[in-house]
Amino acid sequence: MSNFMDRLSVSYAKGIIRWRWLVLLVTILATLGVASGGRFLSFTSDYRVFFGDDNPQLNAFESLQDIYTKTDNILFVLKPNNGKVFTPQWLEVVQDLTEESWQIPYSIRVDSITNFQHTEAVEDDLTVADLVEETGGLSQVGLDRIEQIALSEPALAKRIISEDSTTTGVQITLQLPPDDAVALDQAVKYAENMAANIEAANPELEVAITGLAPLSNAFPAASMADMSTLTPLMFLVIIIFLVAFLRSFTGTLGTLLVTIFSTMVAMGAAGFAGIKMTPPSAMAPTIILTIAIADCVHILVTMFHEMRHGTAKRDAIVESLRVNMQPVFLTSLTTVIGFLSLNFSEAPPFHDLGNIAAVGVIAAWIISIAFLPAFIAVMPVRVKPVVTGKSSVMERLGEFVIGHRTKLLLGMGLIVIGTSSFISKIELDDRFIEYFDTTVPFRVDSDFTRDNLTGVYQVEFSIDAEESGGVSSPVYLAHLEDFANWLRSKPEVVHVNSITDILKRLNKSMHGDDDSWYKLPDERDLAAQYLLLYEMSLPYGLDLNSQINIDKSASRMTVTLDNVSSNDMRDIALESTQWLRDNAPGYMEADGSGASVMFAHLADRNIKSMLSGTALAFVLISLSLVFALRSLKLGLISLIPNMVPAIMAFGVWGLFVGQVGLAVSVIAATSLGLIVDATVHFLSKYNRARTERGESSADAVRYGFRTVGSALWITTAVLVAGFAILSLSTFSVNADMGLLTAITIAIALFIDFLLLPPLLMLFDGEKATTTSTAPAAPAE
Amino acid sequence: MSKKLLSTIFSLSLVAFTSGTALSSAALADEAADIAKGTAIAEEWDRRDWGFGDTESFMEMQLENRHGDKSIREMRQKTLEVPGHDVGDKSLTIFDKPRDVKGTAFLSFAKIFDPDDQWMYLPAVKRVKRISSKNKSGPFLGSEFAYEDLSAQELKKYTYKWLRDEPCGELQCAVVEQTPTYENSGYTKMITWYDLSEYRQQKIDYYDRKGKLLKTLISSDFKQHLDKYWRPYNMYMENHQTGKKTRLVFSKIEFQKGLKDSELTKNTLKRVR
Repeated sequence: MSNFMDRLSVSYAKGIIRWRWLVLLVTILATLGVASGGRFLSFTSDYRVFFGDDNPQLNAFESLQDIYTKTDNILFVLKPNNGKVFTPQWLEVVQDLTEESWQIPYSIRVDSITNFQHTEAVEDDLTVADLVEETGGLSQVGLDRIEQIALSEPALAKRIISEDSTTTGVQITLQLPPDDAVALDQAVKYAENMAANIEAANPELEVAITGLAPLSNAFPAASMADMSTLTPLMFLVIIIFLVAFLRSFTGTLGTLLVTIFSTMVAMGAAGFAGIKMTPPSAMAPTIILTIAIADCVHILVTMFHEMRHGTAKRDAIVESLRVNMQPVFLTSLTTVIGFLSLNFSEAPPFHDLGNIAAVGVIAAWIISIAFLPAFIAVMPVRVKPVVTGKSSVMERLGEFVIGHRTKLLLGMGLIVIGTSSFISKIELDDRFIEYFDTTVPFRVDSDFTRDNLTGVYQVEFSIDAEESGGVSSPVYLAHLEDFANWLRSKPEVVHVNSITDILKRLNKSMHGDDDSWYKLPDERDLAAQYLLLYEMSLPYGLDLNSQINIDKSASRMTVTLDNVSSNDMRDIALESTQWLRDNAPGYMEADGSGASVMFAHLADRNIKSMLSGTALAFVLISLSLVFALRSLKLGLISLIPNMVPAIMAFGVWGLFVGQVGLAVSVIAATSLGLIVDATVHFLSKYNRARTERGESSADAVRYGFRTVGSALWITTAVLVAGFAILSLSTFSVNADMGLLTAITIAIALFIDFLLLPPLLMLFDGEKATTTSTAPAAPAE
Repeated sequence: MSKKLLSTIFSLSLVAFTSGTALSSAALADEAADIAKGTAIAEEWDRRDWGFGDTESFMEMQLENRHGDKSIREMRQKTLEVPGHDVGDKSLTIFDKPRDVKGTAFLSFAKIFDPDDQWMYLPAVKRVKRISSKNKSGPFLGSEFAYEDLSAQELKKYTYKWLRDEPCGELQCAVVEQTPTYENSGYTKMITWYDLSEYRQQKIDYYDRKGKLLKTLISSDFKQHLDKYWRPYNMYMENHQTGKKTRLVFSKIEFQKGLKDSELTKNTLKRVR
């Protein structure tokens, strides 16, 4: 069968050379045809794309958003560098900003300290008015009064105004069309311009912008940044590598064309499939560029090697395809399996990444065995004849490994176990603001907001009141109040928004602003009538629906958290549910939800879902190795160098970094498909030496080092460089994934060179195998 | 005929979206003529409602969010016409359902340029509170109707400009642009369709502070009272930005029941039932 495959490869190679012009034409036309799908590519701006349709946290959050007014928002944060905001100058700035913010596209409501609807009671007169009306004539007494009201108002304090009065916010509620990146960008850009103008007009004022809308808008910005900076950088690195290693203009150009074509095909196919780009899937072009090189390098290295030893160009092409057809196919297959296993992920952007990369890898395989040989056949290739007598670095490395096999086995074993033990130091954390690094304005502004005004992570509860109108029930309100107070007592909690504050304030207003009436009404009818009065006094763009559902049978509680880890967020949500279960009527039980809770669960859920995906990929990849090498023993031995690198990489990460999020869950599966390539190339050469040449396992190792050693160096170096470039991404999920994959691949080469050969020599015996005696068909 | 009807419905809906921006400005003289014509139409609408005296209407308010969840409130409204162009009408709203707000009453003296005078009676505390608020643009009872949509539409509250005549359903309508003249309105303009046979407001488009279409009110089931006064028994307001809807359905509207000015005062509010 091996002979048959070799003969097939030889006639295939001859066919390619014979029909070289046609092959070139067809591959170029086919590439352009598929690549034309690229015009359908767009970027998504909806952070919800990270969650599958059946994600329970997403569904909980969406049903909450269905019940209450949706909360896409932009928050301006203003901090003068000369003290309090309660001065005529700064209040006027806030008032003007509040007024102008109504012009932000898709805004439906603007809230600030100036337009806060303050109710003042004098006997039986209730005056509802903006907290700040005229800024010009404000006396110090007036300013102090405004400050005192704002700081004692639960709806404002630590949310719109900081405790020390030095920072204030202007909150804009948006009603955006769903997943419309253009509309979102329009609104956010408008706000950013306003912020820039205010800062220009008031040099002593710092203005920051945060909120869910800028967050959503940061996603496509991150995707585009990755594609527009990392992909070209990758190109540059590839060119440098190719020029350095191949020292051949034609080889470099051919490889570049293969990588470009593969990427074009993959992105075009993504366009035809209607995939919307997200930061993870925006990594696809860089990854494909990196991987596509490996196929070419293997084919070219063999070819140049033959030519240096005097073989004619076309014969060298045929010989190269004969020996590389199978390993190149096999490595592509395993890489495809690795990427396709991403479909097991909880987060759909990783499905897209896996599928796009898989298409790219298949395209790279086809293009490098069709276009590349045809291209080389028509282009001039010059190589320097080899300087004989000097043994290469690789051969010397091979001799070293063979000579020290036992020491290496023991030493490597210790290193593997030692490194792996640091896995326990890995901490999972997915704070979505910190997905963006500190070069991203959104991250900087959000950190500024958290440091000066209020938290940026929120947990929301929809708490049921059993029956229509039940939110007015004294029992319900009393428990709600206890729950809010319990939450406020927790150090991680910055702010709690609850309808009980509204009712307490109304009760006080209805009793001539007497502080002793700042308590919950004790009759249901009274509470219901207060709510009616409150509804009647709400300004444009506000209604009760932001906090109470439409038939008044449930209310919303919004808890703003400090900068806590996603573990702590999960814990707070769980403890809250438990508190309600223990202390409130059964119908009031509720689960916390919100973007932060969703992301807090994401890595965990993703790891669980990827476990089965990774296991399946592992089984499939190992099976294809057993089948391709036609040796169960080699297949079993290959498990070790395939499994160990990811484990060691996690150990290294645990030792040097520690914190990781979503990225960690997909590393094992994707890197497996890549690291297995080195094993495949080495084992297939080793196997060829054992079966075709009947060599001893030590000689077969020597043969492996001599024939693929340098190709493995090059391809590993390119892969490590490619994934290391991804670690420059401003999006931490991508950066972590890039760096972890680069570490894994580097470790894999280390293992393949230093641990695999001793293992082979240990388990594969010393005697020459004679399963296949027929000599291989020599190249013509 | 039906083909023509169909095409007009199409053009009508198109116009509803584009009329805010698409109109090229005519010569100044034409503009003055359009303003005069628009004002005349509104005057005719106003004139036809003169002398109704007082009404008592029974209505159901159906609130619906964008996912179809509904809630219903029942109330009565007594309205007393106040003659003259410079003051608005007086009205008293009494809630019947839901049960926990039954008997809550709301008295309003509409003003044209100043904030309305408002009093509210809460039966649970048996107290009348005077509410002073500049807030005409806020929502009426959590509905998609703002106070300014429901409080009597006095002629002087707007400036008018005729845009065009066009079929509206089976009727012919004049389309008039109305710009609020009072402060604190939530709108930059409204586009109103007056049918030319009875000068009823068939449809109103409201544009927000950004000049974007905010809401549409469609009035239907018009019934004539005392051979003169037309009232819609069904008013449907849809907010295009939030997807929320409010329908006001009147079960009964009675005219000239002899409502006296003395029945609509702060002191009588406690005794309403």
